[in-house]
Amino acid sequence: MDRDPIYLDYSATTPVDPRVAAKMIPYLTEHYGNPASRSHPYGWTAEKAVENAREEVAKLVNADPREIVWTSGATESNNLAIKGAANFYASTKGKHIITVATEHKAVIDTVRELERQGFTATYLEPEPTGLVDLEKFKAAIRPDTVLASVMLVNNEIGVIQDIEAIGKICREHGVIFHVDAAQATGKVAIDLEKLPVDLMSFSAHKTYGPKGIGALYVRRKPRIRIEAQMHGGGHERGMRSGTLATHQIVGMGEAFRIAREEMEMENARIRKLRDRLLTGLQSIEETYVNGELDHRIPHNLNISFNYVEGESLIMAVKGIAVSSGSACTSASLEPSYVLRALGRSDELAHSSIRFSIGRFTTEADVDYTIALLKEKISKLRELSPLWEMYKDGIDISKVQWAAH
Amino acid sequence: MAYSDKVLDHYENPRNVGSLDKNDPQVGTGMVGAPACGDVMKLMIKVNDDGIIEDAKFKTYGCGSAIASSSLVTEWLKGRTIDEAYAIKNSEIAEELALPPVKIHCSVLAEDAIKAAVADIKAKQAAKEA
Repeated sequence: MDRDPIYLDYSATTPVDPRVAAKMIPYLTEHYGNPASRSHPYGWTAEKAVENAREEVAKLVNADPREIVWTSGATESNNLAIKGAANFYASTKGKHIITVATEHKAVIDTVRELERQGFTATYLEPEPTGLVDLEKFKAAIRPDTVLASVMLVNNEIGVIQDIEAIGKICREHGVIFHVDAAQATGKVAIDLEKLPVDLMSFSAHKTYGPKGIGALYVRRKPRIRIEAQMHGGGHERGMRSGTLATHQIVGMGEAFRIAREEMEMENARIRKLRDRLLTGLQSIEETYVNGELDHRIPHNLNISFNYVEGESLIMAVKGIAVSSGSACTSASLEPSYVLRALGRSDELAHSSIRFSIGRFTTEADVDYTIALLKEKISKLRELSPLWEMYKDGIDISKVQWAAH
Repeated sequence: MAYSDKVLDHYENPRNVGSLDKNDPQVGTGMVGAPACGDVMKLMIKVNDDGIIEDAKFKTYGCGSAIASSSLVTEWLKGRTIDEAYAIKNSEIAEELALPPVKIHCSVLAEDAIKAAVADIKAKQAAKEA
């Protein structure tokens, strides 16, 4: 290959914005003090930078800086929030947890671990749109429900859950509400003064910040208590011990500042690119958008190309860096559990591609992608016995296949 | 996933893609796999009166290794007798293409496709003689 593939996997991670990187570097080489050092200017400078970043993170989501706890990323935030709150409130509220089948594994597996420790859990199936039905959510609440965890933006299909309505139901029933917002910052406006959310997880690297840093929002009014999962020097008011990674924190603060200032303009530009991509790809026969389009961030387009297998499709589109809804690439030969939860057939789940666009995507990138997909899908369909059968008018779902 | 050069070559330039007339008494068809499992192979062979495979065509829905496995066997089949074809083992296919362990099932599927096509032509021949 002559050049690097075009990056269309912003939901996996984003490049660090050069402005963010520039701001981080002095905190590696010059201002390297430990923010916990109180006895000299090295420590004071680092502490000031950390608190400034904390304010920036808080501002993006309209929270109080004292409600922000630094972590190593959204996975840790999810673990800390769910295990921390479930364990703290188990004796008073109960041991039942509600979450959704399409949550990120950092939530699903954390809840599974709590099940092993004696909790019970309900994994709600979303509607075919990808959204949670509020009545079904309400019906899942039990007298012993301690916590519910629902993500704001889905990582695979980009749909936006109605966090406000779900949070309201939780409040009415005294259920602690955690929201994984790793995929939402800089894409969806978040106002924690208004939203009835108790705990919210953030990540820097999905929003043009560095990897290895995240935060957990822990509401002060009404105050939410969590049990620490990491013990040590009592940093972050005892909720998360460990020396603060000043440069990472500075990076996250700067990334979230840029997100706050540029979100509106950036989303408008990205929406145009997404619409262009969508129109282009929909001109290909037998394509299906996964998840509904109305309640969805413009950055994500998840499409299934019927009668083409996902891994061969990924091989065919080496000119672009995208992710497949088929987990074949991780050698497990399983279709995406998120698409399966939407009721997609295995075949369609296997033939899906997640395009995620972002800050540095151009119109030329989109046009190249459309042309590439048109050419390669036509080639793979020439190879596909299923396409041939479809063209001959055979209903593939009615064929007796020998499963292997 | 790193693919061997041979897999990539067959994937980029698949040999003998297409179909033969399935109603031709000299054509045997083997269709194996299932869409839900992520791969379906259709292999068609044309066998002359001496039992020699004159032509072979395939269409495959599946990963690069599945496409390469079926493309490779169409090359191997031409000129062989149906009994020789029947004796082809998946391990030979896997070895030729240097398939990693997680892709061995693709070679198994290709062997199954050959066996199904041979069984089909034998059934047609038996029906003709009966």
